[in-house]
Amino acid sequence: MTEKYNMPDGRGHFGPYGGMFVAETLIPPIQELNAAYQRYLDDPDFIAELDADLQYYVGRPSPLYHAERWSRELGGAQIYLKREDLNHTGSHKINNTVGQALLAKRMGKTRIIAETGAGQHGVATATVAARLGLECVVYMGAVDVARQSLNVYRMKLLGATVVAVESGSKTLKDALNEALRDWVTHVDNTFYIIGTVAGPHPYPAMVRDFQSIIGREAKQQCLAATGGLPDALVACVGGGSNAMGLFYPFLDDSAVKLIGVEAAGDGIETGRHSAPLCAGRPGVLHGNRTYLMADDDGEISETHSISAGLDYPGVGPEHAWLKDTGRAQYVNITDNEALDGFYALTRMEGIIPALESSHAMAYTMKLAPTMGKDETIIVNLSGRGDKDMQTMAKREGIEL
Amino acid sequence: MSRLATTFEELAKTGRKALIPFITAGDPHPGFTVPMLHAMVDAGVDVIELGVPFSDPMADGPVIQRASERALAHKMSLKRTLAMAMEFRKTNQHTPLVLMGYLNPIEAMGYEDFANAAQRAEIDGVLTVDLPPEEGQECRELLKSREIDPIFLLAPNSSEERIKKIDAIGSGYIYYVSLKGVTGAGHLNVADVETKLKQIRANTSLPIGIGFGVKDAETAKAVAGLGDGVVIGSALISKIEANLDDLDRAKYEICELLASMRKAMDGRSV
Repeated sequence: MTEKYNMPDGRGHFGPYGGMFVAETLIPPIQELNAAYQRYLDDPDFIAELDADLQYYVGRPSPLYHAERWSRELGGAQIYLKREDLNHTGSHKINNTVGQALLAKRMGKTRIIAETGAGQHGVATATVAARLGLECVVYMGAVDVARQSLNVYRMKLLGATVVAVESGSKTLKDALNEALRDWVTHVDNTFYIIGTVAGPHPYPAMVRDFQSIIGREAKQQCLAATGGLPDALVACVGGGSNAMGLFYPFLDDSAVKLIGVEAAGDGIETGRHSAPLCAGRPGVLHGNRTYLMADDDGEISETHSISAGLDYPGVGPEHAWLKDTGRAQYVNITDNEALDGFYALTRMEGIIPALESSHAMAYTMKLAPTMGKDETIIVNLSGRGDKDMQTMAKREGIEL
Repeated sequence: MSRLATTFEELAKTGRKALIPFITAGDPHPGFTVPMLHAMVDAGVDVIELGVPFSDPMADGPVIQRASERALAHKMSLKRTLAMAMEFRKTNQHTPLVLMGYLNPIEAMGYEDFANAAQRAEIDGVLTVDLPPEEGQECRELLKSREIDPIFLLAPNSSEERIKKIDAIGSGYIYYVSLKGVTGAGHLNVADVETKLKQIRANTSLPIGIGFGVKDAETAKAVAGLGDGVVIGSALISKIEANLDDLDRAKYEICELLASMRKAMDGRSV
């Protein structure tokens, strides 16, 4: 790649992907949001406030940690973990909610809504809403409410209303549908904080920009620690915000391999998975064209993953573009493999990863041994595993 | 000239407004739909919007969501919806039929295959909720070249620039979403609709159908005076939902409601 990467285009397209596929009532608020985002993107006051929040409230920069014991054990590349799990609220999601909340404040919005899968984005949204004194409603699939009850309680503590969505498959995609319905109904005073790099333009680009602090820091930290750029980046991909945040500042560094890890659930061959890039096809859902899991008639398929945060039939449109252009590579990891990654990091490094991030850990276990000891992998440890204690204990037959 | 243009022209001549029912194809089962379409024509409707079931109907309220779920449980699809339209046309050559749904089933079929299939089924208009003018040029041109009207939505918050844009590319009629919300919501404000309609009228000569929040003869009569047609969906589907164990009754109640709306709307404009 000799030309500098410069996507999306003015209408939010990443090649054939992305765009603004929404009903007419949402056109004005999306145009309003886009105007505000373009205006504040380069506004020194806005940037200064954002930087201060990221430093003093979120706790950035997050460390780049050399997992020496794990690297030695695997016998190949040196593994560095980007510790997004150490952020306030326990995942990378807060980077984006802090940014969008500052936008909401400047736009004079008084009410915040969000969708959430694992609850990490919901918690990160409820957190910033509490801090700014804004009303907050979080939509969450009823299935996810049951499997992530700890995060539901956290959101309620923070003053948010959590709505359990009973329609469709009762997971993340249905929460998104319901949040869009809320937005269309309360369009005048409401700001919709989307948690991933999907949705209508400008969300995919805007969320990426707020999350790209991950990759900017990682690049500097890697140069300082190793004297060079990493050989590979690994991150899990549901909607794909932590991966896009890590990848984006490296897109023009063509020697750096970018690897996104999708959730293969029970295995791609069973059809019970959440891996649209690996096993789906292009279509339109939730405001953008991207790879989707859908049947031959275009009806969206039910998805499966042990991790609620990856249990989604679509993926950010920029990932679709990076796949088609070959700049990034997308692989998949089953539930069982993810559990291996979960236990490995826990016991080898004393760090309990979120089940989402465990997919990236599991792929790293396959990749590292194929590389030389002088090579470097940066893995995004996008969240911590506290929220998954009940799920894990239940699998082990333990009542908490 | 399309059936939609002819229909609205004839209505205008007699000072009447179009009654436009919406039902979801295949709800509650595929055998119900075509006889229901004919019965609605007998009850006095002028144009029919036939909903294409979709797994993720983001702009619809719970009533139409559940209609989609019931239809999809019977493996309904865009293909089978088009087959129903073809069946309907065998014995009805005059009532315009508009497909209303979401983009992904059309994406899956392919724009050109869809346009060809819609032409074969003698579909008169296509309203794709999540395909705004900016993204819809290719699909729109394929439809227009087959004399199928691309129908667009306008909303209470649509700007004048937006109205002009849709006037320039839409045909058949404009569907005015009478409130900020999803289908079947309950807060339609007639005065607000009246104000907005003045702005829309000033910028387009296309007929305007008003929907979202119309539930009975009274609301139909109130909004009929403002536009050129009245769309009713959720209130009809509620009749199906309330009578799943007695679908003859559902059909009877739907026709009765439509007939009462017809009467109220005609009474006003006489």
